[in-house]
Amino acid sequence: MRIPLSWLREWVDVPATGDATADADHVHAALVKVGLEEEGVHGGALTGPIVVGEVLDFVEEPQSNGKTIRWCQVRTGTTADGEPEVRGIVCGARNFMIGDLVVVTLPGAVLPGPFPIAARKTYGHVSDGMIASARELGLGDEHDGILRLATLGIEAEPGTDAIALLGLDDLAVEVNVTPDRGYTLSIRGIAREYSHSTGAGFRDPAKALEVGEGAGFSVIVDDRAPIRGRRGCDVFVTRVVRGIDATRPTPRWMVQRLQLAGIRSISLPVDITNYVMLELGQPIHAYDLQRLQGGITVRRALPGETLTTLDDQTRTLDAEDLLITDESGPIGIAGVMGGASSEVHDGTTDVLIEAATFDPVSIARSARRHKLPSEASKRFARGVDPLVAAPAAQRVVDLLVELAGGTVDALGSEWIEAKRPESIALAEGYVDRLIGVDYSLDEVTDSLTAIGCRLKPEGEGWLVEPPSWRPDLVDAPSLAEEVARIVGYDRIPSELPVAPPGRGLTRAQRVRRGVGAALAAAGLTEVLAYPFVRSADNALMGGDDVAQTRVANALDAEQAMLRVSLLPGLAAIAHRNRSRGLTDLALFEIGHVVLPEQGRTYGVDAVPFGAARPSEAALDELERSIPHQPWYVGALFVGDRRGRGIGQAAEESGIADALDAAHVVASVAGVTLRVETGQHPALHPGRTAALYVGDEPVGVAGELLPAVAEERDLPRRVGVLELDLDRLVALGSGEVAARELATFPAATQDLSLVVPVEVPAGAVREAVVEGAGPLLEHAELVDDYRGQGLEPGTKSLTLALRFRAADRTLTAAEATEAKNAGLAVAAERFGATLRA
Amino acid sequence: MPDTPLISESAVESAVEAALAAIAAAPDTAALKAARSAHAGEASTLAQLNASLRDVPNDQKAALGKLVGQARGRVTQAIAAREAELAVAEEQARLAAETIDVTGIPVKHVVGARHPLTTQMEQMSDIFIAMGWEVAEGPELENEWFNFDALNFDPDHPARAMQDTFFIDPVERHLVLRTHTSPVQIRSLLERELPVYVVAPGRVFRTDELDATHTPVFHQMEGIAIDKGLTMAHLRGTLEHMARAMFGEGARIRLRPSYFPFTEPSAELDVWHPTFRGGARWIEWGGCGMVNPNVLRAAGIDPDVYQGFAFGMGIERTLMFRNGVSDMRDMVEGDIRFSQQFGMVV
Repeated sequence: MRIPLSWLREWVDVPATGDATADADHVHAALVKVGLEEEGVHGGALTGPIVVGEVLDFVEEPQSNGKTIRWCQVRTGTTADGEPEVRGIVCGARNFMIGDLVVVTLPGAVLPGPFPIAARKTYGHVSDGMIASARELGLGDEHDGILRLATLGIEAEPGTDAIALLGLDDLAVEVNVTPDRGYTLSIRGIAREYSHSTGAGFRDPAKALEVGEGAGFSVIVDDRAPIRGRRGCDVFVTRVVRGIDATRPTPRWMVQRLQLAGIRSISLPVDITNYVMLELGQPIHAYDLQRLQGGITVRRALPGETLTTLDDQTRTLDAEDLLITDESGPIGIAGVMGGASSEVHDGTTDVLIEAATFDPVSIARSARRHKLPSEASKRFARGVDPLVAAPAAQRVVDLLVELAGGTVDALGSEWIEAKRPESIALAEGYVDRLIGVDYSLDEVTDSLTAIGCRLKPEGEGWLVEPPSWRPDLVDAPSLAEEVARIVGYDRIPSELPVAPPGRGLTRAQRVRRGVGAALAAAGLTEVLAYPFVRSADNALMGGDDVAQTRVANALDAEQAMLRVSLLPGLAAIAHRNRSRGLTDLALFEIGHVVLPEQGRTYGVDAVPFGAARPSEAALDELERSIPHQPWYVGALFVGDRRGRGIGQAAEESGIADALDAAHVVASVAGVTLRVETGQHPALHPGRTAALYVGDEPVGVAGELLPAVAEERDLPRRVGVLELDLDRLVALGSGEVAARELATFPAATQDLSLVVPVEVPAGAVREAVVEGAGPLLEHAELVDDYRGQGLEPGTKSLTLALRFRAADRTLTAAEATEAKNAGLAVAAERFGATLRA
Repeated sequence: MPDTPLISESAVESAVEAALAAIAAAPDTAALKAARSAHAGEASTLAQLNASLRDVPNDQKAALGKLVGQARGRVTQAIAAREAELAVAEEQARLAAETIDVTGIPVKHVVGARHPLTTQMEQMSDIFIAMGWEVAEGPELENEWFNFDALNFDPDHPARAMQDTFFIDPVERHLVLRTHTSPVQIRSLLERELPVYVVAPGRVFRTDELDATHTPVFHQMEGIAIDKGLTMAHLRGTLEHMARAMFGEGARIRLRPSYFPFTEPSAELDVWHPTFRGGARWIEWGGCGMVNPNVLRAAGIDPDVYQGFAFGMGIERTLMFRNGVSDMRDMVEGDIRFSQQFGMVV
């Protein structure tokens, strides 16, 4: 909401210091204290010297470019010794005569743009300033010629400051109006709030009028399908003014204020309705009375009905749309937009004014449905004071009479069926108990009275009737807020509450933090990707038949799916880094993925009503209505794990880094990972490891399929890891049972055995560990040899084994016996033989 | 016993002198070892003199024994001294040979970094954990009831349309990407025993195009406390404590009247600190208020018995004014230089 200061001053006493910017700051500071947040200042883009000039003489000079300019002698003031001050000015316009008063911008002035004025040589003369058009002065769109002050009905001495004369020194402050305070979308409401903040005297513009009443015009409100049980229309006031001249120019002060408030001047009757809406907060519609057929009926739309609205769009109406109709059919969507057929136009002489109050929900839905957010619908959706309709209609009548030459007619109607706001019981002491301030009784009652409430003592407190413009006051807390706000939030003291002893982070939270810290310490950099991916990304990660979740109104229709894996996001971020010259990357992300089940429908048919705890069954349904969204950890490695250095060759990263990171994560989660040869649609068929805890799959490590990497503009070798962190947390015990440490000497032996090449080393190691029994403390794969001395199709694996007994020093024979037992299991399982 | 040398002072002295000369002349431990063998070994003159002591008449045994013993002691001492000298010199030579340029050693282990948004959320959580609060969580893809209805957002209220919500297809199934972490407040009230003191850090979503000051995916930290007798003064106290813990003792907060469907009264929260980027100034930090009774009712809590407060602030915004991050895109694009400048701190 933009508020021209001159307009505000009409209804509340705002100090004028002479410095408009300081005044605007003061008004902002006052309004922010009562909850109207500062958004900006408008106007003031024009600085002097800009003066009234009198055209004394001019010569027309045709130019080689076909234009004819006027070389003018303009009187722009009076010199100190009483002589006329005359300047030579070049002017391209020809819509003026000798003797006309015009506006001259002198060298040093700045016009909106900013467009600084200086004496300059043009068309063979030095033009000592410029004669301004209305548009150049920010006074409207008129640019066909220069502004003649006579058209504004202004007479003034040459040299008079035109900025003040034209009201161009006015500023508008803009504030953000929260959706509960519809009444502050008006000068009336803002003036009232300014008064609450500063104590300045407030004059209610709705009470500054002698409100008359029309009769005899037929209005029927016939709502047969109220939305949520609320009638669509509570107030419908009409008045008639006859014999207006719709072509008269809108007075400059009105254009100026409308413009500062952000509304374009259109025609006098329309400008008047907008002006009254801004002043009183009541949207007004004006009909050409002669174009109406019979009386007005307010009703819901019928199936198939259409309406051509003011913007010349033909709209198909919905059964929920509330309509204004006459005998010809729909002539407007109530509170949203009028119809083209009954619109006022230049030839309109008789006007029917409508000031009505419509149900906020009905208007909000129609405005959304037809994508027609308007100044009117914005106000109706936030609630319009039902008691301001008649004064607003009167104000329009008065202005049409005064400015458009009309005469008020007795025809009209008044249908006011608004309910009084429900009174609220407020117990004495309640405000103190909620806010934590010891308010005096006077502070409570004075605050509520100041905002327009009526208080009746009742029991240990009051019965409070909110004013008609405050539909947001519905319960005791909303009244407490008013007291706190009017007295000032600065009065609220500071007190630290004591919570009961807490349990700290949950194990899952500790693990997530630990994983983040450990991976960072292990050399990975954390990133946070958007969860939006292409459908093909999900299919790649989860298979062609993967169930996916689509965002209905995605910003990028290409990326409308919620990720089932963190890896596509990591790949995109890797690509972005590489395109910026950062080629060696180790990235990780800890985040949610969304994993709907195939064939299941999520969501609910209807959500429970708010403000009451749903039944356990309903809560259970809500809980089941959303897909599984586990925490995953993903990592990606590309480029060099370790760069070139003095005496050091670069090392390319790959699956090994992914596996290392996997073990880091497992260690934090308190589980041991088992690595098996795996398969994954997005990964290299020969470089994929399936990761298990026990028999439960928990993730995958490997390298991207080169084709997949290439499609993402990444190099051939990209190591990746993805683990279901929630599963790891569930599988880890979180508690470690400490073993006694044996201190007898260890016996170490190597075991080299020969197996077919396709046997995975990990499986051989597992077999040896299993066979060697409890004496084997540690087994490490240290070599994989193929080639000379071995049968083709075989390989030799070497394990370094460490044996130890808890109760004695092992003999070499005992260690060898255990080793052979390990070999025996490997032989049985894979045909392993001892290497000769 | 003609082969046995005769023990005399001069014989002993000359043997000692020969030994000392050889020891002193030994340039390294190998030479010293040879000298030891020659002058103190079994075949050495002193050893032979020592052996001949058994033939000395008893009355001279003591005196001559002492003479030979002292001589052998002198030689042993000299060897030990020279040995120590040589060991020091040789170790020094070895150290010199092992010298490398420590300023040119290549990196063996690259250090990574946390994302500062994560670190910031952890740090903020810790302030509350220290006061006995707990950290609560909830899903990002949420049912509308949790995101709106239970929070007193009427389906037709303009406040609901102002949330710029991402809806899940099909929209009539009432699923959304949560527009704030407030649904976690409802989940906490439904699941936990009263009193409840929890904070909910997390990711939220609004349909804003990415630019220098907006991102469709961002992070919030919210808190809710429901107990008997909590007032707006407790809200101010809590926020003030948080601001001081985060920005330093000089931090101040300011509350301004505002509107949120789930709180009444509602307030905007401003924070002030002399060290903010751009100088000491008030900065809009978040929103807060006393929990609306309808929210408590939605969780089955009697608002006549319990009341409390809630608050929330943006993490990206906090990083912007606290750490001087000037472009929102830096926080979402994943450029590793952004996280790496923070390392493990924020």
